[in-house]
Amino acid sequence: MKDIRWRFILIAVALGLSIWSFYPPQSKIKLGLDLKGGVHLVLRVHTDDALRVETETTVERLRDSMQRAGVQFTKADVVSATEFRVEGIQDDGGFRTAAVDADTNYDRSSEAGGYSYRMKPNITSQLRDQTVTQALETIERRVNELGVAEPVVARYSGQDQILVQLPGVEDVRRAKEIIRSTAQLKLTLVEQGPFPSREAALQAFNNNVPSDVEVLPGRQEGGGTAGTAGTVFYALKKASAVTGRDLRNAQQSIDEFNRPAVQFTLKQDAAGRFGNFTQSNLGRPMAIVLDNRVMSVATIQGRITDSGQITGINRDEMIDTVITLKSGALPASMDYLEERLVGPSLGQESIRAGFISSLAGLGFVVLFMVFYYRLTGMNAVISIVANLVILLGLMAFLGSVMTLPGIAGFILTIGMGVDSNVLIFERIKEELATARGARAAVNAGFDRVWWTIVDTHVSSLIAALLLLQFGTSTIRGFAVTLIIGLLSNVFTAVFVSRTVFEMILTRRQTAAQTLSI
Amino acid sequence: MQILNKANYNFLRWKWHAIALSTAVILGGIAMIATKGLPLGIDFSGGTLIVVQFAQPVTEAQVRNAVEPLPGEEVVQQYGDASERRMLIRLPQTEGAVEGNSLEQASMQVEAALQKAGLPMFSIVNRELVSAVIGRDLQLRGIYATLASLLAITIYIGIRFRFSFAVGAIAATLHDVLVTLAFLVFFGYDLSLNVVAAILTITGYSVNDTIVIFDRVRENLRSRRREPLDKIVNESVNQTLSRTIITAGTTFLSVLAIFLFGGEALAGFSFTMLVGIVSGTYSTIFIASAIAIILSGGQARKTATTASSGDAAASQGGKKQKRAKAS
Repeated sequence: MKDIRWRFILIAVALGLSIWSFYPPQSKIKLGLDLKGGVHLVLRVHTDDALRVETETTVERLRDSMQRAGVQFTKADVVSATEFRVEGIQDDGGFRTAAVDADTNYDRSSEAGGYSYRMKPNITSQLRDQTVTQALETIERRVNELGVAEPVVARYSGQDQILVQLPGVEDVRRAKEIIRSTAQLKLTLVEQGPFPSREAALQAFNNNVPSDVEVLPGRQEGGGTAGTAGTVFYALKKASAVTGRDLRNAQQSIDEFNRPAVQFTLKQDAAGRFGNFTQSNLGRPMAIVLDNRVMSVATIQGRITDSGQITGINRDEMIDTVITLKSGALPASMDYLEERLVGPSLGQESIRAGFISSLAGLGFVVLFMVFYYRLTGMNAVISIVANLVILLGLMAFLGSVMTLPGIAGFILTIGMGVDSNVLIFERIKEELATARGARAAVNAGFDRVWWTIVDTHVSSLIAALLLLQFGTSTIRGFAVTLIIGLLSNVFTAVFVSRTVFEMILTRRQTAAQTLSI
Repeated sequence: MQILNKANYNFLRWKWHAIALSTAVILGGIAMIATKGLPLGIDFSGGTLIVVQFAQPVTEAQVRNAVEPLPGEEVVQQYGDASERRMLIRLPQTEGAVEGNSLEQASMQVEAALQKAGLPMFSIVNRELVSAVIGRDLQLRGIYATLASLLAITIYIGIRFRFSFAVGAIAATLHDVLVTLAFLVFFGYDLSLNVVAAILTITGYSVNDTIVIFDRVRENLRSRRREPLDKIVNESVNQTLSRTIITAGTTFLSVLAIFLFGGEALAGFSFTMLVGIVSGTYSTIFIASAIAIILSGGQARKTATTASSGDAAASQGGKKQKRAKAS
């Protein structure tokens, strides 16, 4: 009976490893958001933003190179995020040489009086993909700055969706704002302003704002007491001297009046550019714009090279601004498509409810099996408990997440264990009726039922695998529990159970005719 | 110990009654869905669901009055036990609202409305905001997953058994899905993601039961080719009957434990499972084999008359039958 000894050792090792990997369960088994509490967010990245920036930059460069080459044109405008038009070209040959750069990413088609450019499809999808990846990396950095334990930031279904899971976050609104903030920093010249309203600002240009100027809101400065500070509007140059990309670092600081401020420094090449810019615009007002909002306006007093300060913010804003600036600007704006928030108290209750119902289910099954199958019922109990131990062990080992539907998956795993055992026991009973001895009956029972067990488990696995494609962590948790439970059940209900049967039969030494079943 | 010892019921006698009964339940469900619409939860329709916990007891009517002025049709329900003082408030996806920014708006409106109505202090214990984009996406996935699961299981059974069996198994499974849907509509449960997960589990479970019987039919067919198929099928159903009932019974009672003690969050899930288990057991006994026999009626007669025809034996080469049980 060497064979049985080895099988017994194998089972003992499997169970030992399982217990070792999930003990203690409080720290080894990961809990899903529905049990731990926290927030599940799905964001959509507006990848069109990034395409538009690319098109705008291309048009800007084309204008430049046409001007340098002396090519005459009447219009070069962005039509949509991926299209632009050039009109009124006299010197066709000259234009083509000047526009050679634009041809790499855009398809050109000639139209009456000019050319239409459309971004190549592969470039479009490549850019979109790149934008989502960049956004993902930026969000990751911000979430890490938030100090959340075990966050999830991953691509979600659909090309442009990102999943963010923040377990145990209390201030969801703040987290959402930090994640979504584009952190577009711009240092730019003030054309005119401040104006008390947008209308007044537009009025100053006779409602005909030049294409290189934009009107943005900002906070009224020096309004004395905080309560009186209202919103004012500035007319600003669109082209900015410095953007978020030029940032080297940002840190918390205080301004000359001991108020919270954000100190930032620029990268080397940007510092040179900024130096020249400030030198040639001495005495003019310059605005610091963050996410299309004027944070502060100051007159350029002298040549500034590599650092600046954002003032006029409160302490919380200071902390959040440093987080977003440090993590870099988002390449595109985003909005929220889905939010699921579970309070920690509800999660605690769910754990308790799940635990109670699992125990009730298990307790009932144990009672029934022992009552109905007597001693052999204990065999079923061993294999069902072994199944749960291995299931927990594998879940801890694979780092899969326990969710509320996952607890239901546990109970279904118990059900499956019962199913396989009943299938085998009923068959053994039938074989015993033909009176060929207990050992022959046990062997025949296991052999005959083997393919039935394979078939039932495969069909259940098919259903469970298809559940995996639902992105929500709760359903995934259920599917993963079910899949692992099904696989380990094949091992416990057939291999473990058979080994126990054979150990009992061997101990008796005689070719027993009876079996307590 | 043995219940149902030497069971010998003529189940196939009832096949037309069973088919008529199931058709009635399914048609009733379809009629209900047609008039009321499928009760999509916010996972699939998009919208806002908030569970608030009040410091002092409030009534559903109080909360309903407070949120009444908000746009759309609000649903207010007590959530869980009355002593927990929790209310569930659900708002539909507002038409024409700009997505993204409006996502949180509905929830903030509810909070403001509750504060304005002078209700006791409250805190939000659960909040789900789902945009129409995600809802549509999940709808498609739900339908796709259910159909793909049915198709994949049909193919698997088709390979392992024969085609008429596969059709019988899938008809029984489809039957269970439809019956479960009918019950969900009737008892006013919303179709949530959890419920769809339960329905998918039911497809796997229901096929399990059917496979056990078909396996037995295949085994019996190998040793008793001369007998008519319907007799063999009926005997196979009887031979596996105690297993079917014990398994269904224990699984039913374990799921009943979730339904009773698992809390409000799993109520829809466990209810769906309970209905599915009952329907699955019934359809396994009465529907699956009946359809398999009706579909392979010609084959059965053929095998019954010509002994040499190996058609009835399963294609898969299993073990040689050691035991020739006299019939």
